[in-house]
Amino acid sequence: MLEVEGVHTYYGESHILHGVSIRVGAGEAVALLGRNGAGKTTLIRSVAGFTPPRDGRVRLDGESIDAWPAHRIARRGLALVPQGRRIFAPLTVRENLLLGARGSAWTLERVYDLFPRLRERAEQSGGTLSGGEQQMLAIGRALLTNGRMLVLDEPSEGLAPAIVREVGRIVSGLKGDRLSILLVEQNYHLALRVADRVYVMNKGQIVWEGTPAGLEADEDVKRRYLGVA
Amino acid sequence: MARALGLALVVAAVLAFPLSVGPYPVKLVQEILIWGIFAMSLDLLMGYAGMVSFGHSAFFGIGAYTAALLLPKWPGLLSALGAPALAAALGALAIGFFSIRVGGVYFIMLTLAFSQMFFALTFQNAFLGAEDGITSVPRPLVFGVRISSLGAFHLYLITIVGAAALLLHRIVRSPFGHVLRGIHDNEERMQAVGYPVGRYKLLAFVIAGTVAGVAGSLYTQFVGSISPDAFLWTTSGEALLMVIIGGTGTLNGAWLGAAAFILLQSLVSSYTERWMLILGLTFVLFVLFAPGGIVGALRGRVGVRS
Amino acid sequence: MPALLAPALLTIDALTRTFGALSALAGVSLTLEARERRAVIGPNGAGKTTLFNVITGQLPPSGGRIVFDGRPITGLPPHAVARRGVSRSFQRTNLFPRLSVLENLRLSAAAGAGGSYNLFGRVERVTAPLARARETGAAVGLAERLDTAAGQLSYGEQRQLEVGVALATRPKLLLLDEPTAGMSPEETQRMTRMLEGLPRDVTLLIIEHDMDVVASLADRVTVLHYGEVLTEGTFDEVKRDPRVYEVYLGSE
Repeated sequence: MLEVEGVHTYYGESHILHGVSIRVGAGEAVALLGRNGAGKTTLIRSVAGFTPPRDGRVRLDGESIDAWPAHRIARRGLALVPQGRRIFAPLTVRENLLLGARGSAWTLERVYDLFPRLRERAEQSGGTLSGGEQQMLAIGRALLTNGRMLVLDEPSEGLAPAIVREVGRIVSGLKGDRLSILLVEQNYHLALRVADRVYVMNKGQIVWEGTPAGLEADEDVKRRYLGVA
Repeated sequence: MARALGLALVVAAVLAFPLSVGPYPVKLVQEILIWGIFAMSLDLLMGYAGMVSFGHSAFFGIGAYTAALLLPKWPGLLSALGAPALAAALGALAIGFFSIRVGGVYFIMLTLAFSQMFFALTFQNAFLGAEDGITSVPRPLVFGVRISSLGAFHLYLITIVGAAALLLHRIVRSPFGHVLRGIHDNEERMQAVGYPVGRYKLLAFVIAGTVAGVAGSLYTQFVGSISPDAFLWTTSGEALLMVIIGGTGTLNGAWLGAAAFILLQSLVSSYTERWMLILGLTFVLFVLFAPGGIVGALRGRVGVRS
Repeated sequence: MPALLAPALLTIDALTRTFGALSALAGVSLTLEARERRAVIGPNGAGKTTLFNVITGQLPPSGGRIVFDGRPITGLPPHAVARRGVSRSFQRTNLFPRLSVLENLRLSAAAGAGGSYNLFGRVERVTAPLARARETGAAVGLAERLDTAAGQLSYGEQRQLEVGVALATRPKLLLLDEPTAGMSPEETQRMTRMLEGLPRDVTLLIIEHDMDVVASLADRVTVLHYGEVLTEGTFDEVKRDPRVYEVYLGSE
């Protein structure tokens, strides 16, 4: 579904991503782990079209999207749940959800079924929701675009442990629903619970690839790239 | 060296102007000089400190009315310049104290509101002449000589306006002026490195207001009367237009903007009543295609400020 | 901890900062000695930048005290804190884009010097800030770029200038917020060497995510988590601490 091949991305003249390659197969959930500054968000920005790569290829469902503007990539099926949620505070929950809504598989009712708390707060303005509720809203908003590639950028950030567990439960449940998932995370436990495969990033490069069980067993990789060296 | 020579030539030309042409063109030039210095004071605020004020007419009016009230009784330089400048400075201190606490759109609205308060005050006040304002204001006495003749007033005007312009130029090149530029570029960082930004902004506001007050009093002396229109928002708006058309942040652009505005007004209005439309279109074209104003267009691009 | 002979340069006592229901700082206590180089690390949301914002006065604290160089600075506005000798660089580059590199540094150097209310002097004649600006420009590796507008520098050069502007005020305490954020490996190395080369009489407090930088620079490391200090120690001690490891892997 998503193929990133040898991507090099720059901020101005700063070379941030050095030949990054990852794959997310159809119906798969893939996690991208790494500390702050590893380049995870830069990779997401490159895939989503906000900071296009200078070199390399990005393919979504077979189509080359690396030179496309962000809105076109979104229309093609990339559903982004951005870092920090970025919900529209002055709009109501319902307005937020319907903003980019397209297609028929996911409907407003179906999203409310998944997140009953959003149904309760449907007419409340987005800015009044708690962090966890805003995360649900951001996910619901992405789902309603009926894209086939769901990308979540650090959904656990700033959330209490209980909420993080709930987010993990929900994202795991979305798997295999004609939906492929790319989960970028700092929270190792959340990522491993959700993912079929895992990549680890450090300083703009992929430094490890494998299964959750494989990573769990590799203390050295965990310490060096996820812990404090 | 070439710049100084060029400047001297211009000054000489402007000085000699009344000797060669009739009264009407001279009056036009004098109006340009007065509005020019008024606009220049606004440019200090907008172009250097980054404070967009829509209430600069308040100080123009305070200076104008102070001169109008004092000159009939005490026709010396104190009434003509000293008192108007002081009154405008105090007005700017008071208005600035409240306005500077806010920024952006709120600053614009607050300054506008204060200036319109003055408009309402003078419009309704019988002592200040109500809507007719104050008329029959005599020319001042300079060293005992009443400067009523065209040539004498011209010389007087050039001296005052020239001095004010030199003062403003000196200020923007001073350490203080550089602080203002820093505030314009990044107010937060200026605070973070240790500048009490509010105090600097207030001082800039007072300086600009004082010069505006002098411009206002010169206007009263020029026309011989003053009305509440001096405080009207259109007075602030016209100065704003002049600054932008001439080139924000250039000081000398203010002369060009004033000249463009006044000449356009004078020329076009003799052909059509719709001269405002032409002016508006001109302004829009400048903003779209020459955002650096006339000076910017002449320079090509504005260079690095250092 | 036993009291030392010389009082600490910076003492933070039970500092709290709440935003509505969110406790960004939940009682942070920290002591920094003069000439020390301390790194502050912790996962996202730990409160690191909020800590800096409260120390420098950008945000008022909800509770607690901060004492710097023997005098309380709790709740002072940013310009006053800077005048006391605390300077800070920002995580997102915060320069004067239209002004030259030299002018960026000169403005900063002139801040404490007085004489900035001078309406009539020529700025070139006020030599002390200019000299300081050139000195700082050289120290951060921008000696060749002094006349370039800050907005035209490369990202890495801007980050260098970002530190330079904070350094030009001659601070006693320099707070660096992710100085190597967004930098390529080469730029990070350059920045690390530059920071290593700073005079020791400038005490450093650095927020960093790049553990190599922390390893090179820091004498001691403070780990923040959910607005509290989890632990403190040398980089090696912190590296081996299982609690720190757990905190970085996130909640189960």
